[in-house]
Amino acid sequence: MKLHTLVLREIFERKSQLLTSFLAILLGITVIVSIKNITYYSEKAVALEMDSLGANVLVLPKSATLQDYYAADMQGETIPEEYVTQLAMSDLAGLDNLSPKLSMPIELQGKSFTLTGILPKSEFQAKAAWSGAGIFSRPVGCGASVGMMGSEDKKTLARKRVIETLEDKEVLVGADVAAKLGLKEADTVDVLGRSFSVTAVLPQTGTVDDARIFAHLHVVQDLSNKGPVINAIEVIGCCQEISNGLVEKINRLLPDAKVVTITQIADAQIKINRMMSNLSLMFLVIIVFVGGASIANYMYANVFERRREIGTLMALGANSGLVLRIFLLKALILGVAGGIGGYVIGTILAVVLGPRLAGVIVLPMPMLALLAIGVSVALALVASYFPARRAARLDPCATFQEV
Amino acid sequence: MLRMENVSKTYRHRGQLVTALNEANAEIPDGDFVSIVGPSGSGKSTLLLMLGGMLSPSGGRVLLDDQSIYDLDSNRRAQLRKQKVGFVFQTFNLVPYLSAIENVQIPLYLVGRDVSSQQARAKDLLTRVGLSDRMHHKPCELSVGQQQRVALARMLANDPAVILADEPTGNLDPETSQQVIDFLEEVNREGRTVVMVTHDPRAAERAKRILRLDGGAIVSEKPGRTAHAAA
Repeated sequence: MKLHTLVLREIFERKSQLLTSFLAILLGITVIVSIKNITYYSEKAVALEMDSLGANVLVLPKSATLQDYYAADMQGETIPEEYVTQLAMSDLAGLDNLSPKLSMPIELQGKSFTLTGILPKSEFQAKAAWSGAGIFSRPVGCGASVGMMGSEDKKTLARKRVIETLEDKEVLVGADVAAKLGLKEADTVDVLGRSFSVTAVLPQTGTVDDARIFAHLHVVQDLSNKGPVINAIEVIGCCQEISNGLVEKINRLLPDAKVVTITQIADAQIKINRMMSNLSLMFLVIIVFVGGASIANYMYANVFERRREIGTLMALGANSGLVLRIFLLKALILGVAGGIGGYVIGTILAVVLGPRLAGVIVLPMPMLALLAIGVSVALALVASYFPARRAARLDPCATFQEV
Repeated sequence: MLRMENVSKTYRHRGQLVTALNEANAEIPDGDFVSIVGPSGSGKSTLLLMLGGMLSPSGGRVLLDDQSIYDLDSNRRAQLRKQKVGFVFQTFNLVPYLSAIENVQIPLYLVGRDVSSQQARAKDLLTRVGLSDRMHHKPCELSVGQQQRVALARMLANDPAVILADEPTGNLDPETSQQVIDFLEEVNREGRTVVMVTHDPRAAERAKRILRLDGGAIVSEKPGRTAHAAA
């Protein structure tokens, strides 16, 4: 005979009575795990989608108007390049990457194109390194640019909007430019009297970027004679941070600039994620009240039903601590079983229903097992504590009919 | 030695003050066999539970081996019970979801004995009460008499010096009652003190002494048949 023998025998003897409480906790945990699991993969899908869209926040001159998101840097007005440094060195969370641009119209072989100066990422790192702060010392917030660091493929510029390195005599050419000028990698092209080597031909994007030639920002600044200025800063911001006021924070940091975002896209995704989060929270509240009340009710009934048994144990020498442990161990077993069961069923539901409900592929998340068991056990123990305490304080004499 | 000194017990029931025991005095030396008789509501079971450290008196003292039981806290009283006192009840009070052997193991578990030692001792005791072939039966699978024998085996599990029996034959047929009283006499002969509350005059007669309770007070004492036989 051991404590767990005593508890398990009682559970299996009266399992039908326990079933309602077990189902309440099991269903609650199942729903929480399903929603959390689907939400996680939905958020991840949103982050990847935002990543594929490129920059989702633009920092523009105050007077600029936003007619075409992809051509926002071609309006002539400028802002100081120093703004890039200010952003890079700020402590703003949610800035995954920055891409400053300065554009100027050019003609090559009688055809009109846009020469765009960009600042490679390696130069931000050099600028930010001395202060030990800035976006490159921060962990990547939303995963939008995961894998970008160290990427040597310059063609990623078309999608990622940021490039790792770019030398003074190198250019990247858009798909239309390459087609119209017959350029390919390693060719040489003359622009405004300077000779550049074509490092990469960018894939077709269907935007004005296809008609651009990308060179180093400082080279374009020299060619345009405009000094250390830029037309726009493209910012890859985390979806969640954007919703938490990233735009306002950038506005406060750079009061003389205009900050805009792809609000329609961000808002729609954020609304879905928020709804899932709120739903998850709502179910957590429901399970706490319904599941907790069910367990407490069952435990009180169980104590009442077993009062003679408790009295007998006390007559045989059991102290109140042992009686308390008997009921709390039962609650612990109920909580662990509900947590594990809820995790397993919730995960299966999420994997099966995720693609249908949220349109995303959902994989099991072992971390959620800890959450499920933690919530379930805590709930079962808290709900059972007062009934268990009542059992421990029972007057053994009152439990015998003979008295 | 069990001793009660001016023990009173009063409680309120539906606004009325009820006196269960009124200045009761008794002395039960080691190895004694005492029957407590009296009409329903006379305080017999109250007295027995008080002797077992289960019910604190409103006044007076209860001493077991010169230790005032109710000067101890509840956990130390529980400790005292599991070491020195064996209870047996009219309704047996077996734990319904445990087998006979597991029921007998409970007191042994409570004193911290390991599982194999618990099982060995429980098997010996069940064999002693003639239930070696019913060890793994649950109470509902046993007859009433067999259930009481399991309760007797459980009572002896920790080798108690004092046996407190509350109407041990109350639910039994005459033949089984006889067996139970025989068993109590047997354990008394081993040197244990037996205090038995009973309504059954024939069972009461088997004790060495008979105490009559009425209105919460011990109103008379007379020797039982065992005492006569010894004389």
